[in-house]
Amino acid sequence: MTVEIGHFALVLAFALSLVQFTVPLVGARIGDHRMMAVGAPTAVAGFALTALSFAVLTYAYIVSDFSVVNVWENSHSQKPMLYKITGTWGNHEGSMLLWIVILAAFGALVAWFGRNLPATLRANVLAVQGLIGASFMLFILATSNPFARLDPAPMEGRDLNPLLQDIGLAIHPPLLYLGYVGFSICFSFACAALIEGRIDAAWARWVRPWTLAAWLFLTGGISMGSYWAYYELGWGGFWFWDPVENASFLPWLVGTAMLHSAIVMEKRSALRIWTVLLAILTFSLSLLGTFLVRSGVLTSVHAFATDPTRGVFILAILIFFIGGSLGLFAWRANRLTAGGLFHPISREGSLVLNNLFLSTATATVLIGTLYPLMVEAVTGDKISVGPPFFNMTFIPLIIPLLIAVPFGPLLAWKRGDLYAACQRLFAAFAASLMVVVVVWFFVDGASVLAALGIGLSFWLFFGPLTDLVLKSGVGKVSPRVALARFAGLPRSVFGTALAHIGVGMTVLGIVAVSSLEVERMAGLQPGETIEVSGYTLRFDGIQPFQGPNFTEDQGHFTYFDATGREVGTVMSSKRLYTARQFPTTEAGLSTHGLSQLYVALGDQLPDGSIVVRVWWKPLVLLIWLGTVVMMIGAGFSLADRRLRVGAPSQRKAKPERPAAEVPA
Amino acid sequence: MRQVIARTVVASLVALSLMAPPALAALDPDELLEDPALEERARGLSTGLRCMVCQNQSIDDSNAELARDLRVLVRERILAGDTDEEVIDYVVSRYGEFVLLQPRFNLRNAALWASPVLLILGGGAFVFFAARNRRRQEEDRLSEEEDRRLKELLEKQG
Repeated sequence: MTVEIGHFALVLAFALSLVQFTVPLVGARIGDHRMMAVGAPTAVAGFALTALSFAVLTYAYIVSDFSVVNVWENSHSQKPMLYKITGTWGNHEGSMLLWIVILAAFGALVAWFGRNLPATLRANVLAVQGLIGASFMLFILATSNPFARLDPAPMEGRDLNPLLQDIGLAIHPPLLYLGYVGFSICFSFACAALIEGRIDAAWARWVRPWTLAAWLFLTGGISMGSYWAYYELGWGGFWFWDPVENASFLPWLVGTAMLHSAIVMEKRSALRIWTVLLAILTFSLSLLGTFLVRSGVLTSVHAFATDPTRGVFILAILIFFIGGSLGLFAWRANRLTAGGLFHPISREGSLVLNNLFLSTATATVLIGTLYPLMVEAVTGDKISVGPPFFNMTFIPLIIPLLIAVPFGPLLAWKRGDLYAACQRLFAAFAASLMVVVVVWFFVDGASVLAALGIGLSFWLFFGPLTDLVLKSGVGKVSPRVALARFAGLPRSVFGTALAHIGVGMTVLGIVAVSSLEVERMAGLQPGETIEVSGYTLRFDGIQPFQGPNFTEDQGHFTYFDATGREVGTVMSSKRLYTARQFPTTEAGLSTHGLSQLYVALGDQLPDGSIVVRVWWKPLVLLIWLGTVVMMIGAGFSLADRRLRVGAPSQRKAKPERPAAEVPA
Repeated sequence: MRQVIARTVVASLVALSLMAPPALAALDPDELLEDPALEERARGLSTGLRCMVCQNQSIDDSNAELARDLRVLVRERILAGDTDEEVIDYVVSRYGEFVLLQPRFNLRNAALWASPVLLILGGGAFVFFAARNRRRQEEDRLSEEEDRRLKELLEKQG
């Protein structure tokens, strides 16, 4: 009976979302305030109902109710409780339900915090949210009902895909969805602006925090997925340009562009039409990502659904929203007036450059991801577009952008002085050049390219630091005043600097691992050793181990430093999940500062020895630490007083602290 | 025979889907060539060849049987004195272009390879001309001072 309550709640939420779509939309059209006011309570109630529905499904997982098909297919009574809970969204139906819950939650937030918004804007935003919700709820109810029953109920479930029984992959989807779906708010705001045919100050001040929040979560989700792939897939790769990875990377890239163009719009009310277009494109690419993953059109690790009826349904939703919103854009965009003028060499100009490169990079990744599908559809030939293509195209597009990063914050709005910016960055440039020279001469095996790459990442540290130093007036005022000024800088200035430094950290990690990684491999008998990067690894033997729902062979290793001193032990194993007879590898990782030793077990050779592969991954942790710093940066910007989420003050915003614009 | 197997394998790719266990770390020590220079060439070629039963893995990363066969094949061809291009051509002739992770530069893939260049140039040109037009429009417009004087003149006349 409980399970049926969840199902009913979902149906009710669907009906409510139809009300949320139609009534406020008509109300905004004819100027009826009572009709417009219907939006907020329906959005909140819709959230309560979808949350109830999701809670019911989670409960079915917790008590292992195998009379529910979905639970039977994806759970097992012996599974650890954590994975029983996370298993709720570790499958197609459950993850779509999670998608809906998050969408409804964001809608409720707009309803809750949006009381300061102009009534028609709020009504239109909630209406668009209602339409998105209704489409996806219909999709779930019609093709992917998670509450379907099974009679008679089996005694035991079929267990969750073992790859998903991992903490990293357990929180990867919710983070990713918070990002994807968070962009739906920007999308709804863009559509509302187009429906009304005007954009005002409230619009810009509202959209930027939502973009920041969605971007923050998406960054976390992608980073988590990448770290998971690194330690779980068994050979230590961190990014594969897999279509499904690209599907999450695309909204991130274009979302990053929107983050920057929204600054221009907020501060200078320029680039309005472009920002609206980016808001539409970002969510469209999020929908595309959902489609690519959910429809199974690209068969790959993540695609747990391969049912064409679902694919066609999501494709219809995709075409409706992307086509509809772009149509609306084409029809109404000319009503939005263009904003302030600026010189090409200015803060605005640098942000346009950022947008140009990020959009091109997005388009390149998009075309590369879809090209095999297009070629197959048109000619019937099967081709692959793999990592070599993306590396050859994406990297040259992104390097000029990275080089330009430190200049942006140093240029003034409207008309900047590039020569002065170069002068101020001279010290940072010289220091980065020193790094290049040092790396080239003193690091073993570093090529010129590697040295330049590492120099680039340091440029991304020194540049933003220069900006902070200049803005606090170091050297021009007394240290005490400078310190006070530093502490008084707007938080968004720290946000910018931190996010850019985070990018530098990630770049450093990627360059170091790609160019300085060392790999060793040998067939080892117990007691034999293998050397890698100054460490000697002794294979101590294999021991069997029985986990709750798996068995594994644990390979134990002891490692010694160059002087022969014992440093520690590391364990690497091969697991077999018994319910599905599914093998996985659990890499052995031992961390040394920011670098890691990565040990993977291979097969047994005819002579009884075990193939052992060991990698030295220099600075590898920076790849993910960098993303954490980017997220902290986004958090700082969100905490900036002028745009706390959901609390745009009705008072006229205080004049901006001049610190951000003072040429130091 | 191998060709037949390969075709069957490609045809059933979709059916295999993700539920196929992930390929565990590959490349056994007994496959390695003795000459380090040749081995390096073999590794380089391997990272650009797709393991066709896996999703988006190179044969260098995969431990599937087919990937192993291909690795051995690449090394056999290298030992037989083939250049890198000859090895690639040989593998493509047996398994089709699907095996290449880096699509070839040919007419069919022209749109793929040309798009990044065209987009950045086209986008740059668009931004440049849009900005110039905006400035010109703005320059043609009267300033506030001019507006005021025009109004005065009109009022005097009327």
